[in-house]
Amino acid sequence: MTTPDFSTRFPEGVIADERKGYEGYIVSADKLIEFATALRDEYGYDYLSSLTGVDYIKEEKLEVVYHAYKTIGGTALVFKVQVPREKPEVPSLIEIYPGADFQEREAWDLLGIKFTGHPDLRRILLWEGFEGHPLRKDWQEPYYEADVKPFKSRWPSAEYQRAEAKNPYGANVKYPDKFDPEKWVPAGEDALYGSLAKYETTDKTGLRTDHITVNLGPQHPSTHGVFRIAATLDGETIMNLKPVMGYLHRNHEKIGERNTYLQNMPFTDRLDYLSSMSNNFGYALAVEKLLGIEVPERADYIRVIMAELTRVQNHLFAIGMFLNDIGAFFTPSLYAIEERELVLDIFEMVSGSRMMCNYFRFGGLARDLPAGALQKIKGLVFDRLPRKTDEIDRFLSENEILRSRTVGQGYLSTEDAIKYSAAGPMLRASGVPYDIRRAAPYSIYDRFDFDVAVRYNGDIYDRYAIRLDEIRESLKIIQQAVEQIPEGEIQTGKPRYQMKVPAGESYGRVEGPKGELGFYLVSDGTGNPYRYHVRAPSFINLTAFGPMCVGLKIADVVAVLGSIDIVLGETDR
Amino acid sequence: MYGKGILKGLGVTAKRFINTYLDDIRWLGKRYYTAEGIKHRSSKDANGIFTIQYPEEKLPVPEEFRYIPFLVYDEVDGEKVNRCTACGICAKVCPPQCIWIERASDPVTGRPAAHPVAFTIDADICMNCGLCAEFCPFDSIKMDHDYELASYGRTVYHLDDLMKPASYYDEIRPINNAKEVALRKEAEEAKAAKKAAREAKAAAKAAQKAG
Repeated sequence: MTTPDFSTRFPEGVIADERKGYEGYIVSADKLIEFATALRDEYGYDYLSSLTGVDYIKEEKLEVVYHAYKTIGGTALVFKVQVPREKPEVPSLIEIYPGADFQEREAWDLLGIKFTGHPDLRRILLWEGFEGHPLRKDWQEPYYEADVKPFKSRWPSAEYQRAEAKNPYGANVKYPDKFDPEKWVPAGEDALYGSLAKYETTDKTGLRTDHITVNLGPQHPSTHGVFRIAATLDGETIMNLKPVMGYLHRNHEKIGERNTYLQNMPFTDRLDYLSSMSNNFGYALAVEKLLGIEVPERADYIRVIMAELTRVQNHLFAIGMFLNDIGAFFTPSLYAIEERELVLDIFEMVSGSRMMCNYFRFGGLARDLPAGALQKIKGLVFDRLPRKTDEIDRFLSENEILRSRTVGQGYLSTEDAIKYSAAGPMLRASGVPYDIRRAAPYSIYDRFDFDVAVRYNGDIYDRYAIRLDEIRESLKIIQQAVEQIPEGEIQTGKPRYQMKVPAGESYGRVEGPKGELGFYLVSDGTGNPYRYHVRAPSFINLTAFGPMCVGLKIADVVAVLGSIDIVLGETDR
Repeated sequence: MYGKGILKGLGVTAKRFINTYLDDIRWLGKRYYTAEGIKHRSSKDANGIFTIQYPEEKLPVPEEFRYIPFLVYDEVDGEKVNRCTACGICAKVCPPQCIWIERASDPVTGRPAAHPVAFTIDADICMNCGLCAEFCPFDSIKMDHDYELASYGRTVYHLDDLMKPASYYDEIRPINNAKEVALRKEAEEAKAAKKAAREAKAAAKAAQKAG
C-alpha cells in the first residue's frame, strides 16, 4: 500500500523525510494538530500505535516519532516532529488520539519533551524527585562506565571489581539543585490526587458529598507485581482512576543503547517475561530490516511455531490468573499452568531456558530443533492442548458466577478501543478484527489458514473468551506449521557477535500475545543502536484502564485489570 | 437451568480428582520417585498429579539447558590444559559484562600469551544467556547444568572454580560434544592435509632445483 501524497493538502509544513534509511514525513510543530486531524478524519489513519522521541544531540534536535495505522490494515504512516533541544515543545495529540496520553508522558519523563496541551504531564516511569531525562544522550547513569559496550575494562587486562565498590551508595544519585531528600515532600502525589479529584457531588438538598481517594497497591495481590491504582470513589463507585507505575523501571531502553545489537536479544526476554519468544521475534525483525537480511525457510517455520506456542501459554496463564483475581482461587490457574509447563518444557528443550529463551538471532535462530522436539510439539498441538483448552472452556465459560461478574462489566466500546490505542485481545474483544498477522503479515504468516478471533461485546467476559478463541487459532497455525516445516539451514550466513548496522531507522512489529509489540530502532552505522524503543502493549493497553473502570464498583477494578493482562516487566521497562 | 454451568464445571474437577487415583492405581507405586514415573508425569499423557516433589524428585534437564558458564580443560598426560586462549570474545559478547579476563604475557618477550592468568565470572550479574558459549571459537567456555547454587553470600567464580574437565562436559552435553569433537577433528585433518600438501610442494620444488 502506498502512503498518501500530502503535497496538495499540505503545501507547507509537511515534507518527506529524505535522510538515508529513513521514511515518512517531517511535520512542523505548528502544523501538527492540523495534520493529525486530517490523518485521522480524511486519510483514515485512525490508530496511533506508537509515539516516542529520539535525541539527535549532534543536530541539537529532539525528534518525536509517530506511527499511525488504519485499523482496516496496511502499513504504517510514520511522521515526525523536530524541535530544538533547548526548547522542546510539541503540541499534544491527546485530543485527537487519546492513546497518546501515557506515551507522551513517557516521552516527557525520559526525554524531556514538553507536550503543550497535555492535561496531566507528569513523570510516569520515574519518581518526581528524579534529576534529568535519562534517554537524552548526555545523561549518564550512576554506574556509568562507557557510552557503549563492550567495556574496555573487561579484557585483556581486567581487574575484577564490583560496580558498587567503585561508586558507593549515597554518592550514586543525582539530585536537583538545592534539593534535600530528607525534607522533600513529593509534589507529584498532590498532582496525581489533584488530577483525580475533579468531581464534586451535591445532592438535591445542597448537601455536599465528599469523595475518598483510595490506593490499591503498590503491593496488591491482584496486580501480579508492583503496580498502584489511585482511585477516587463515591461510596463504592469509581469516579476516576489512574494507574501509577514505574516501580519496576530499569530503563531498558538506555541499557539497550549501551548494548550491542546482539546483546539486546537476551534483554528483550525480560520485558514481557511470560512471552520471551515473541519479544525476540519483534526485535529480530527490526534488526533484520535494518541489516536487510532474509531468514531461511526452516527458521521462519520454527519462529512461527515458537511464537504461537508462546501465545498459547501466555493466554493460558492469563486466563488462569484472571480467574484467580476474580475469586476462582487456584484450581483454574493450576489447571492452566499444567499445560503451560508442558509448553515451557519445549522452550527449555530448544532454547535452554524455560522463560528467558534468547533463541532468535539476526537471520535465523540460535540452534536447530533438537531430536524429538518436533515430536513433542506434535503431541501437544494435535492431542493434548486442544483437549485441555476445551476442558477449560467447559470448566468455566458457562459458570454463572463468572458470568455475572464479567458479562457487561468493564465495557470498552469499539471507538474507545481504537481511540485509546488498545491492542491485541483487548482491541479484538471490542469488535475490531485487527491482527498484525493479517493486517500486515510478517515472516510467513501469509501462508497459514487461520481466523482472526473477534468478539463484539467489549466486556470482561469477551476479553476472557477471546483468549480461548486465540489459543484455538494458534493451535491451528502450529498444526499447519509442523506439517509443512522443511529441512534445511536455520541461519543466514555465519552468526556474528559484532556487526556494523547500516544507518537508518526501522520499526519491527509483531502481534504479541498482549498486543502489538513494536521495536523502533535508529542506527547511526555503528555496532550499537543509537535509539532503541519498545512499544510495550501492556503499557499502552493501560491507557484505557481508567476510562473502563469509571462507574464500576471498586471490587471490579481487579477483574478489569485481570482482563487487560499486563506484565509489569513490560509496563515499567 | 440456573447453576448448570457451575455443575458442568464441577464435573471437570470431579473427573480430574478421580483420575488422580485411577492413575496412581494404574502405576502401582511406580508413579513417584522413579525416572519413568517422572517422565510420564511430564509427558503429554500426564493425568492426575503433575507436581514433581523437589528436592526428593528432580526433573531431568534437557541437554540444551544453560546455567552459569564454566571453563573446560583437557587432561593431557595427567595435566590440566585449559582450552581458553584469552581471546576475549566471551567478555566482549557478554550482555551484562560479567566476565573479566586478564591475559597472560610471555615472561621473556612480554608479548601476549594465549592463556588467561585470571578469569572471573560474577555469577550474580550473569544472566545465563549463553552467548559466551555460543561464540567461543575454542569450545572452551560452556554452559553448566548445575542449578543448585543458592548461597548466603555473593557468588563470584575465579579461574580455579570455573575449571571443569572435558569428561564432565561430555557427560552433560553428549550430543553437542560429539559434534564439536568431529568438527575439531575435521579441522585438524584439513590443516594436516594442507601442511602435507605444502611440504610435498616444497619437496618437489627442492627436487626440481636439485635435478
